[in-house]
Amino acid sequence: MLLSRRTLLLAPPAAGLAARTAAAAGPMKVGFVYVSPIGDAGWSFQHELGRRAVDAALGSAVKTVYVENVEEGADAERVIRKLASDGNELIFATSFGYMNPTLKVAQQFPKIRFEHATGYKRAANVATYSARFYEGRYVAGMIAARMSKTGIMGDVAAFPIPEVVQGINAFTLGARSVNPKAQVKVVWTSSWFDPGKERAAADVLIAQGADVITHHTDSTAIAQVGEEKGVFTVAYNSDMAKYGPKTCLTAVTHVWGDYYVGRVKAAMAGTWTSGDTWGGFKDGMVKLAPYNAAVPDAVRQEAAAKIAQIADGSLKPFQGPIMDQSGKPKVAAGAAMSDKEIAEMKWFVEGVQGKI
Amino acid sequence: MRLSLEPRTSPWPLMSALAPLLAVALATLGAGILFALMGRDPLAALHALFLSPLDSVNGLAELALKATPLLLCAIGIAIGVRANVWNIGAEGQFIIGAICGGGVALYFGPDGGWWLLPLMLLAGVAGGMAWAAVAAFLRTRFNAHEILVTLMLSYTAVQVLGWLVHGPWQDPEGFNFPQTPLFEPGALLPVLIEGTRVNLGAVFALLSVPLGSLLLGRMMVGFRIRVVGLAPGAARYAGFSEAGTVWFCLLLSGGLAGLAGICEVAGPIGQLLPVISPGYGFAAIIVAFLGRLHPVGILFAALLMALLYLGGEGLQISQQLPLAVTGVIQGMLLFFLLGADVFIGYRVRIVPRTPRHA
Repeated sequence: MLLSRRTLLLAPPAAGLAARTAAAAGPMKVGFVYVSPIGDAGWSFQHELGRRAVDAALGSAVKTVYVENVEEGADAERVIRKLASDGNELIFATSFGYMNPTLKVAQQFPKIRFEHATGYKRAANVATYSARFYEGRYVAGMIAARMSKTGIMGDVAAFPIPEVVQGINAFTLGARSVNPKAQVKVVWTSSWFDPGKERAAADVLIAQGADVITHHTDSTAIAQVGEEKGVFTVAYNSDMAKYGPKTCLTAVTHVWGDYYVGRVKAAMAGTWTSGDTWGGFKDGMVKLAPYNAAVPDAVRQEAAAKIAQIADGSLKPFQGPIMDQSGKPKVAAGAAMSDKEIAEMKWFVEGVQGKI
Repeated sequence: MRLSLEPRTSPWPLMSALAPLLAVALATLGAGILFALMGRDPLAALHALFLSPLDSVNGLAELALKATPLLLCAIGIAIGVRANVWNIGAEGQFIIGAICGGGVALYFGPDGGWWLLPLMLLAGVAGGMAWAAVAAFLRTRFNAHEILVTLMLSYTAVQVLGWLVHGPWQDPEGFNFPQTPLFEPGALLPVLIEGTRVNLGAVFALLSVPLGSLLLGRMMVGFRIRVVGLAPGAARYAGFSEAGTVWFCLLLSGGLAGLAGICEVAGPIGQLLPVISPGYGFAAIIVAFLGRLHPVGILFAALLMALLYLGGEGLQISQQLPLAVTGVIQGMLLFFLLGADVFIGYRVRIVPRTPRHA
């Protein structure tokens, strides 16, 4: 549990988070807030799969509801408050921009438990959770480099926030672990969901010689472009094999179901506590989607071995020596970046072509 | 036999006023049928959509909060359209207003006094005006059409905001997430009803209705606006300056949009983020036309749009209906309103079949 002094100060002095009382008999109500329409792939879709997993695991003991496409500005607070005043006892706010609204509402509802995805501010009744997506991206980069002929890969990314930068860096480090000359070119779209822009960015990258394209955006555009042009892709968020049956090599997927089921059960039992969860391969929160038939056995075995090493801690994606883009050493050989350094990452490693 | 639409020779003022109500009634009926088809109790779903958002003080406060930016932006847009000046870029002026006012809040930090909020509001208005002034200048000097310029400047404004929150104004303690520090309490608009989020901005929005009516109906400048819009030739003959009207309308609507922007960030949001508006500036164009370009009509239109936003959330929570259903109902509402307009302006005549080669 990571609780810094600053976040502790935010905690209300006494919050009564007891087990559910007889007054709260009947199914436990659990609310989910999504930043985008659910659709059939992407960030919010993965959270929706998590919600469905809760329904499947706990059946009539829970009643889950969701609100989709909630903007991160002023709207979020209203929706979260509405869910709280509507009797939901545990509320998952699944986008970074919900951080301050969640904390504001949580102060007014000390008996309700809140969970905020990817944030860093906590309170006695606000926990945070995220996944080490970069672990998946490291192995994805390795597979991409094995499949690339030019050694040039493209990455279509939304915004230069640490989570995205971690992913690009890990992908590049993974690629360079099997091809030290690999280059990863980055194009920003300044939008989480904009199929048109993502498509245009992929075209630019392909024209520049990239022969494997990955992305950190929400649409299925990249997998579709790859399929049309016969260029390999590595998808993000969700398994997109059906959009790229011949070319989508795999996907770095987010798996929230087990976490959500565990937290709901804890809330029911009265054992729920605030804190921070940052799970990876080990916890099953990050997985690679089933490989495309084009991925040879040797590469599959290599990937499986890397995943096992990352899960048992013997391989850390951000293990030194790591240079930055100018070749200046950032992490010494034998050292590894701390969680805090990773969480704040705002620089590119050697081999990334692009600017933050 | 075929149907033909013929313009009505005499106006139909009663129906013109009733058309929005008729459209709402038809959309409600359509929504009820839609709910029934989706296996929900139509009355319960209609209750969730239209009534349950209004059944508490907090609900009413949220409605006012949501309607505030729509109302401020739409009044400015409508006054412009009356003069044939089309400010499509209220979204951009909203964002620049938020940046300028928010910049004042961040610059003074905890050192502000009583003067901080007024200064922020002025900066917000000035920012919105300045952004619109670019379009006014290009229109009056180079005849570049304001529809294109204001629209394009909206995208520029988004980029400026993105650059600031990713760069120079980023919260140093924010783990490199794109956001500024939270504004100090002294830089936030006072809340009108304790325990809700409705703030002083709603008062500004409400004031804009009588002021807008007064301007259009009773003042010389309003008369000029209407003449320039309806009869540009007559306006020139009367010596009314077209350039002056363009400047006036764009500065006014830009200023109102800027005010809406600073009220949003100094109100419910409390900091600058990469996205501060879910498209209020664009939705306000619909609001302006739904309200028949008249300030009082716009007040009701803004409240209705806000209600549909809130009701859409209610439908998801209490009826587990996806958000797309709300989009369909919004679409039905606009469809029926436009349809009613057709029947007010035209009448249907049945033309007997005539031989094709007569």
